[in-house]
Amino acid sequence: MAEAFFTEQHELIRKLARDFAEKELTKEVLDQVEETEEFPEEILTKMAKAGFFGIKIPKELGGQGADARSYVLVMEEIARVSGVASIYVSSPNSLSGGPLLLAGNDEQKEKYLRPVVTGQKKLAFALTEPGAGSDAGSVATVAKKEGDHYVLNGRKCFITMAPLSDYAVVFAKTDVTKGNRGLSAFVVDMHAPGVSCGKPENKMGVIGCATSDIILDNAIVPECDRLGEEGDGFKIAMQTLNTGRLGVSAQSIGVAQGCLDEAVKYAKERKQFGRPIGSFQAISFMIAEMATKLEAAKQLVYKAAYLMDTKQDATLNASMAKYYASEVCNEIAQKAVQIHGGYGFIKDYKIERMFRDCRVFTIYEGTSQVQQMVIGGKLLKK
Amino acid sequence: MKILVCVKQVPDTNEVKIDPVKGTLIRDGVPSILNPDDANALEAALQLKDKDSSVQVAVLTMGPPQANYMLRECLAMGADEAYLLSDRAFGGADTCATSTTIAAGIKKVPGVDVIFAGRQAIDGDTAQVGPQVAQRLGVPVVTYVQDIQMGDGKVTVQRQMEDGYEVIEVKTPCLLTCVKELNDPRYMSVGAIVDAYKKDITMWNHVDVALDPADCGLNASPTQVFRSFTPPQKGKGEMLSGTVSEMAGALVGKLVEKHLV
Repeated sequence: MAEAFFTEQHELIRKLARDFAEKELTKEVLDQVEETEEFPEEILTKMAKAGFFGIKIPKELGGQGADARSYVLVMEEIARVSGVASIYVSSPNSLSGGPLLLAGNDEQKEKYLRPVVTGQKKLAFALTEPGAGSDAGSVATVAKKEGDHYVLNGRKCFITMAPLSDYAVVFAKTDVTKGNRGLSAFVVDMHAPGVSCGKPENKMGVIGCATSDIILDNAIVPECDRLGEEGDGFKIAMQTLNTGRLGVSAQSIGVAQGCLDEAVKYAKERKQFGRPIGSFQAISFMIAEMATKLEAAKQLVYKAAYLMDTKQDATLNASMAKYYASEVCNEIAQKAVQIHGGYGFIKDYKIERMFRDCRVFTIYEGTSQVQQMVIGGKLLKK
Repeated sequence: MKILVCVKQVPDTNEVKIDPVKGTLIRDGVPSILNPDDANALEAALQLKDKDSSVQVAVLTMGPPQANYMLRECLAMGADEAYLLSDRAFGGADTCATSTTIAAGIKKVPGVDVIFAGRQAIDGDTAQVGPQVAQRLGVPVVTYVQDIQMGDGKVTVQRQMEDGYEVIEVKTPCLLTCVKELNDPRYMSVGAIVDAYKKDITMWNHVDVALDPADCGLNASPTQVFRSFTPPQKGKGEMLSGTVSEMAGALVGKLVEKHLV
């Protein structure tokens, strides 16, 4: 792999992730995940041991002390085989671990981040609400200060891993008059009184990682579990999402690579009119287009990670990477199904699962349209 | 206690194709990997280290500078030290010359108590280097080891046989060659890979290990490969079905048909 953005160390990390994905995430395991809608704990334990949950987290906090490029490579290689498995990697590294890493004090990091990156506990990120999706500032959940604690009331929705989680980072308004600046972040114990989950959603894809509402009904949260100061919530959420979208872009190039691999394999094997379908220009041009767009997406993702590792501003690049990679992944998956013909529509072929799994990539962690807003806004800023 | 594990970087033979004209391996673009049996040998050493933190694990290989990559992998699995024997003079070695060089390298590593090696490498498949190294070092060797119990100044091992195993007690220092049934090699971890690139790999040439170039590499290799070829593929076997007497009848029929009886 002669990639401009990587060192030999990155190459070895890619090898680890690839070996792991190919050996552990077998067809039998993944079929079983689809059927039971549960991801095997023993594989999560092995992932934790391989260090996949704390890739970018410093060693002194229980992490692995690697960098954003390493995170991208692990995400890509895992997603190449299983989209849902890569969500278990991204969550502690990015969306749920992020707020703690950014705004947590030493005790909070020790209490909440360490067990998450070592795989002992699970943590969810709870921002979205029925009325607050792309418009994160319109959160309606409130946190009322009463003595040394807060009382939280409200409903979060589409929260990834909520029913499986031990804790959640919940964003709530501490001051409803201040808009974005009235938002604060809290670590909520999912087993505390007044905290409950809705019924797991019946999703199109990434099955095996339950998503549900979180209902806060007079939930008591001690003041020591607030992240940062009152009013820091919006900043924490946006900073987390800014770097977090790198994970979805890496997932996208991973699933797209998996789709391309399947399409190439099938185009060589499948014979019609007496020859492999890949020898027809219609199919070979489709594959050429898929491979070219994937390569372009990869370079965007790798560059965004490289900018983060070299402490340069990556906001624009991360949005471009997430926007382009997730859109292109859907295009590639769609073409891969087309190349498979009728078989692509049948669940026995893994392309059917990949096609469903990647649909959410242009939606979660900032829709394609939100990424366009970020990119356009950056360029047109006065 | 220090365990030294002999390792080799080999082409991934699952990915290797044979040149149909020359009959040789096409190695271009084929990924290099840690020889699978050597991974089992390393895992055995690491398991002993897991049980007893005073155990130190060193890995040693002979090869071109690219073999450093495999040594980093060994370090990332948990080895403490890594040694690379690399010199133009070592090139073109057969098993005889290879074992001379490796034995000279092992003599230079301080404090080695036991040596583990894989049974054989998947590229050459000779299974000779391990025993030859033991011979040159003057230590006992047990091959095809499928279980290891360390004792005080001795090791008790199971030696794999076709229809069972032998239990052998051997004094240390000794050399054991390991089979894949011994264990399941562990994964590296991301953090261990990060640490592996902070460690030094010791590189030695023929001067460092006090060898005369006449005693290494092609110069000291009595084996010369004059031709390699791919044996023609045998046809598919045929399964007979039915009752025993039906199958016996069908079998005799086939043998008669082929004029074998």
